[in-house]
Amino acid sequence: MTHHQPHLDTSPPVSDEIRRTTCYMCACRCGINVHLKSGKVSYIEGNRAHPVNKGVLCAKGASGIKQITAPSRLRSPLKRVGPRGSGAFEKISWDEALALAVAWMKPLQDTAPEKLAFFTGRDQSQSLTSFWAQGFGTPNYAAHGGFCSVNMAAAGIYTIGGAFWEFGQPDWDHTRLFVLFGVAEDHDSNPIKIGIGKLKGRGAKVIGVNPIRTGYNAVADDWYGITPGTDGLLILSLIHCLLEAGKIDLPYLAQWTNAPCLVGPDGLLLRGEDGKLLVVDTATGQPAAFDVPGVQPDLGAVWQGSRTVFQHLAKRYLAPDHAPEAVADRVGITAPRIRALAAELAHAAFDQTITIDQSWTDFRGTRHATMVGRPVSFHAMRGISAHSNGFQTARALHLLQIILGTVETPGGYHFKPPYPKPFDAHPVPHIMPRGSGPLTGPHLGYPRGPEHLALLPDGSPARIDKAFSWENPLSAHGLMHMVIANAHAGDPYRIDTLFLYMANMAWNSSMNTAATMDMLTAKDGAGEYVIPRIIYSDAYASEMVAYADLILPDTTYMERHDCISMLDRPISEPDAAGDAIRWPVTEPDRDVRGFQSVLIDLGARLALPGFVDTEGAPKFANYADYITRHERRAGVGPLMGWRGDGTATGRGAPNPDQLDRYIANGGFFQAHVPDAARYFKPWNRAYQDWAVEMGFYDAPQPYLFSIWSEPMRRFHAAAEGQGDRQPPEALRARLKQAMDPLPIWYPPFGEVAAAAYPVHALTQRPMAMYHSWGSQNAWLRQIHGRNPLYLPTKIWAKHGFAAGDWARVTSPNGEIVVPVEHMAALNPHTVWTWNAIGKRKGAWGLDQNAPEATKGFLLNHLISELLPEQGDGLRWSNSDPVTGQAAWFDLRVRIERVDAQMQSLPAFGPLPDLGEPS
Amino acid sequence: MTSLPTHTDRKLGLVIDLDTCVGCHACVTACKGWNDQGYGAPLSDQNPYGSDPSGVFLNRVHSYEVQPHDTPAQIINFPRSCLHCDDAPCVTVCPTGASYKRAEDGIVLVNESACIGCGLCAWACPYGAREMDADAGVMKKCTLCVDRIYNENLPEEDREPACVRTCPTGARHFGDLADPESAVSRLVAKRGGYDLMPELGTKPTNKYLPPRKKDRPQEASLLAPLLDIQATGFAGWLDRVLGKI
Amino acid sequence: MHPAPSVIIFSVASGLGFGFLAFLGMGLVLPSGLVAFALWGLGYALAVGGLVSATFHLGNPQRALLAFTQWRSSWLSREAWASVAALVLLAPVALSDWLGLGWPRGVGMIGAALCLITVFCTAMIYAQLKTVPRWNHWTTPATFLGFCVAGGALLSGQSLFAGWALMILAVLLMAGFAEGDRRFAARGHSMASATGIGRIGTPQVFEQPHTGGNYLMREMIFIVARKHVEKLRIIAVSLAAIFPALLLFLPVNALTIAVAVAFHLIGAAVQRWLFFAEAEHVVGLYYGMR
Repeated sequence: MTHHQPHLDTSPPVSDEIRRTTCYMCACRCGINVHLKSGKVSYIEGNRAHPVNKGVLCAKGASGIKQITAPSRLRSPLKRVGPRGSGAFEKISWDEALALAVAWMKPLQDTAPEKLAFFTGRDQSQSLTSFWAQGFGTPNYAAHGGFCSVNMAAAGIYTIGGAFWEFGQPDWDHTRLFVLFGVAEDHDSNPIKIGIGKLKGRGAKVIGVNPIRTGYNAVADDWYGITPGTDGLLILSLIHCLLEAGKIDLPYLAQWTNAPCLVGPDGLLLRGEDGKLLVVDTATGQPAAFDVPGVQPDLGAVWQGSRTVFQHLAKRYLAPDHAPEAVADRVGITAPRIRALAAELAHAAFDQTITIDQSWTDFRGTRHATMVGRPVSFHAMRGISAHSNGFQTARALHLLQIILGTVETPGGYHFKPPYPKPFDAHPVPHIMPRGSGPLTGPHLGYPRGPEHLALLPDGSPARIDKAFSWENPLSAHGLMHMVIANAHAGDPYRIDTLFLYMANMAWNSSMNTAATMDMLTAKDGAGEYVIPRIIYSDAYASEMVAYADLILPDTTYMERHDCISMLDRPISEPDAAGDAIRWPVTEPDRDVRGFQSVLIDLGARLALPGFVDTEGAPKFANYADYITRHERRAGVGPLMGWRGDGTATGRGAPNPDQLDRYIANGGFFQAHVPDAARYFKPWNRAYQDWAVEMGFYDAPQPYLFSIWSEPMRRFHAAAEGQGDRQPPEALRARLKQAMDPLPIWYPPFGEVAAAAYPVHALTQRPMAMYHSWGSQNAWLRQIHGRNPLYLPTKIWAKHGFAAGDWARVTSPNGEIVVPVEHMAALNPHTVWTWNAIGKRKGAWGLDQNAPEATKGFLLNHLISELLPEQGDGLRWSNSDPVTGQAAWFDLRVRIERVDAQMQSLPAFGPLPDLGEPS
Repeated sequence: MTSLPTHTDRKLGLVIDLDTCVGCHACVTACKGWNDQGYGAPLSDQNPYGSDPSGVFLNRVHSYEVQPHDTPAQIINFPRSCLHCDDAPCVTVCPTGASYKRAEDGIVLVNESACIGCGLCAWACPYGAREMDADAGVMKKCTLCVDRIYNENLPEEDREPACVRTCPTGARHFGDLADPESAVSRLVAKRGGYDLMPELGTKPTNKYLPPRKKDRPQEASLLAPLLDIQATGFAGWLDRVLGKI
Repeated sequence: MHPAPSVIIFSVASGLGFGFLAFLGMGLVLPSGLVAFALWGLGYALAVGGLVSATFHLGNPQRALLAFTQWRSSWLSREAWASVAALVLLAPVALSDWLGLGWPRGVGMIGAALCLITVFCTAMIYAQLKTVPRWNHWTTPATFLGFCVAGGALLSGQSLFAGWALMILAVLLMAGFAEGDRRFAARGHSMASATGIGRIGTPQVFEQPHTGGNYLMREMIFIVARKHVEKLRIIAVSLAAIFPALLLFLPVNALTIAVAVAFHLIGAAVQRWLFFAEAEHVVGLYYGMR
């Protein structure tokens, strides 16, 4: 038979033009090539030259094209005309909208700036938003880190001077064993996928420690299906095994950590007269400053009764209560498997040492001929941190990395500039006495002790979210999840205007969603709303829109400028500092404005410092102008690349052509770390000098890792009754437990109240969805249009579940009725579902009978922002007691089988379609 | 003609590594994005914001659970698209000649201008590789990005299928499986790449690499305690440990 | 497989129509004048109507002529040729019967053979599909031809022939049901072979690739109402074969034939619905649904 085939043009034109910008479909900030045909976006792919994604792109990024045509896009400023929550709005002009906002804000600025609470959700412009809020003078500013991963970030900063994701990552090219703790798919997603791909490509081992075996855990070579909330217990037991076997990196501990420092009688470390930490020099047996040339710190020293941190840690973790046999039942992993995991860590770290032929000189002046590494690396994110013991658990994980000697050594964990940056190189929190003008520094910071708490003279919290109060002293990212509840309760005080950006607080970003909706619509005795005014900016018709009084419609990410700044959360890699921009690759077809430009406009109208010139005229035309010309310190602005005449990096005068240079370079800039500076960054002279040159800091600042945390100890000591700033009595015991200067584990809060609720309930984010944003996307919602609750075999069988069944799920806070499915690869005491697939009817431009609204559901209804009352008449927030991180994953439930339903419960009345008319 | 070529010079195809695929669906939407604006009719969606959204995807990622007899259950993510079979049953059933296999590289394509939309090729395919576009009424399938892999308007490094280019974990490999020395052929040989439903005799070009053995921690290397802490006490342990420096 | 009404109507009507045309072509019924016009018209109407109905499920029916091009390899193309050849060749025979022209019958015999070939080709479209094990068997063309011959004989009033043909059809149907039930497993298809991951353990679906619907699931996976299969099988065999055969024991006249044909058609439609609804495509293995 003959074969015949048609002629085919295999070289058709691809597009008219490629514009390279930065993705915003999640928090990763990948580089994208946006193809345009006839002026319309036709195709989006990853930018091969980009440091974050190196050409690859996730499911969300490639679907961005559907984000700029989604019917849910808001079209013009809106002013509420019906009752709050009804979604009845009228369209108004931008002039009217901005005038209204100023009319509400100006009186507050003049008299009571704290009555404006400004909180941002998916904010990648925090250096601008916080600068604006400082200028306004309100102490009430934060982004969403408090309900995200502040435990991980703060524990990292306080311990090693950085954490995971934006702070640092595994040395993917050299690591031989990678251990992933907990849900982590939701941050740094493409880089981790690229990294796992590299490990798989060379057959290196991946271990997953997670109650749920999906995603990265699905490809893990070994899976440890841990019981939620017990990661810290497991990690400390691993430390026990490693100590017991002597499989710890003693030279590393002696040289680079405060393990050889001496714990004085007050629990603080002994310091010399110059304030420097003291160690005992093995050569002389005498105390010496930790950084004097040639000092050989003695880990086993005792000086005038003071023992080294190393002895304290060894004594604590060698105790039998940390033995695998003592913890196995609670963590849900057998003792032999815990011991096997410890053995694998030790084997990779100490038997597979790698050496890079690169000399370097440490801060003591000692020259090292090579860089020797321990190729074990870890990653963890919200999974271990969204518990009320999350801060200490994250500290424990960092301690594990330290004793293995993996941090900043080849094959281990690797900082990304401007990190490493220890807590004492960060600012402390700033609040000003009320009504006295701008703040003198950033709202958020890292307290060194009780003296840095944000308290009013009467001892009450200065901030509406009670950040930096005794309830959560180290709340470095604020507590956005407590703002609405506290404002509603008038605790610590009432506010006037709630100003929110891109935060779906009336739905998936709040605990206790239904109650939050009630708080947003609650009225006082006079018939006025308890939260009198709400201004909200979002690009899309999210559930929150209906609860605002004034809507400032944002653009989509392809229609505006942004900067991913070294002043904020840059896109650095371990081997290169980097920052990036977004720019309008397409123009909006509706009456919307980029929020940052609107904020700058409002700043000028309110005459905030930094936003007007000496004549009082607006200083910046828009955000692009601000990005180019704003200087935070002399010569240091939002972007580090092409400063001055276009040749300066890091420091240099504003360059009017800077954005064009970024655009020409694909939307990003990188400054590469010199070879001799690539590892051992906190102690490496070459790195420290380079960092000063780049403007990350103004003088070299080598430091020791804080195994023993002095800031923690200062709060601990206060809880013991020392010092003049004392916690309320009710919090004393809790602080004494939580602020232990060495990592500890304690059961998550609510464990006792949850005795009748034996099952752990978790959520995790599907890799093809980000928060709520994917549901309005025509492609992504076909992948995840509804979410079942997955039940482990034991629960499935016990209750006699069958395919198609539903369940009633009850927690101390409420109940939901939802579809269920069976999953065997799951911890036997855990149920879970995909996060934020459930939608309110009518929101996001979707049909009222969309599966997201009929079959989808949120676990949020089951989670309270407050813990149950514990007999003292007080209800503490459902947060970590150290940082205030929302303890989403402490949720405990009870399951009952019910017949198949047509509608998941609770269901709420439909919202009107606020998006584009179809 | 719908007859198959007796021989193809090359056998271009994909090798999909099930040990590495994390199930992120990146390939699914990269494919949708490219082919929505590339070869032939767009990949339409019906009721995209409605109660029952549906659309054409040329690549879909399944997720399975497997219960081994002696270790914990596993989840395996499984991308599924056209396998560009040597003996492609979808080609020979086509009544119009729209379905064909290219002699030069073995890619199976649909000439949409000749497709009457009878759906028979989709019935003939065991792998669910073909989906009818409800708007255009023509059969859509993976083209192996035939409009990318030879496209002189693309940089050389981008001349690979969109799914391969985007895959964040590098679980998808593209190459000539007729050449035993190609990277993909060597990968298949090394990792034991296999065919789907070999019993049907379709001789797929695409191969799947099986997941590596899991959950076998190295039992042999358990850590030996330095010495009995109970017996020697903490001081003994400390001496012993620090003696190692 | 999705039991699309257009395809059920097509195959039932054209099967009966071509069967009837075959009997007319062979001259086993020799009408004349208006009766011939009516009977030939009925045959043509069923056959052509069925074919037209089949085009309703085409995405681009305006290109249907292209379906004639691939007769070397495609059963659908062969069906197109055979059907057109049969209809064209039988046209002068019909004309001759209607107008009493008395043209020779040889062409009619060839036409009759082409009618059977057409139905065989139709059946082979299904029977060739290895992907649908229930169809991929000689009983499929045998059953289609059984319907064609029995229906044609019934409509032609060939009561003895029809009786035997209906009995054979009943046996074919029952054999087909019984044999078909075993075939999927016998062929060795399973989720394990479809995915290759059975080497690790027993696979099952954890999560479907999309929560949204798709063509494959609509077209190839039909599981609704299978629980009524046993009843429907009895109805199909009874109405399509046994009742009409029993009716033939009554005096044969237009009424009994009409009633028998009506039963037969309903039975054929039920059988054809089952033919699709019971057919499991191997692609269902990927979805854990067959």
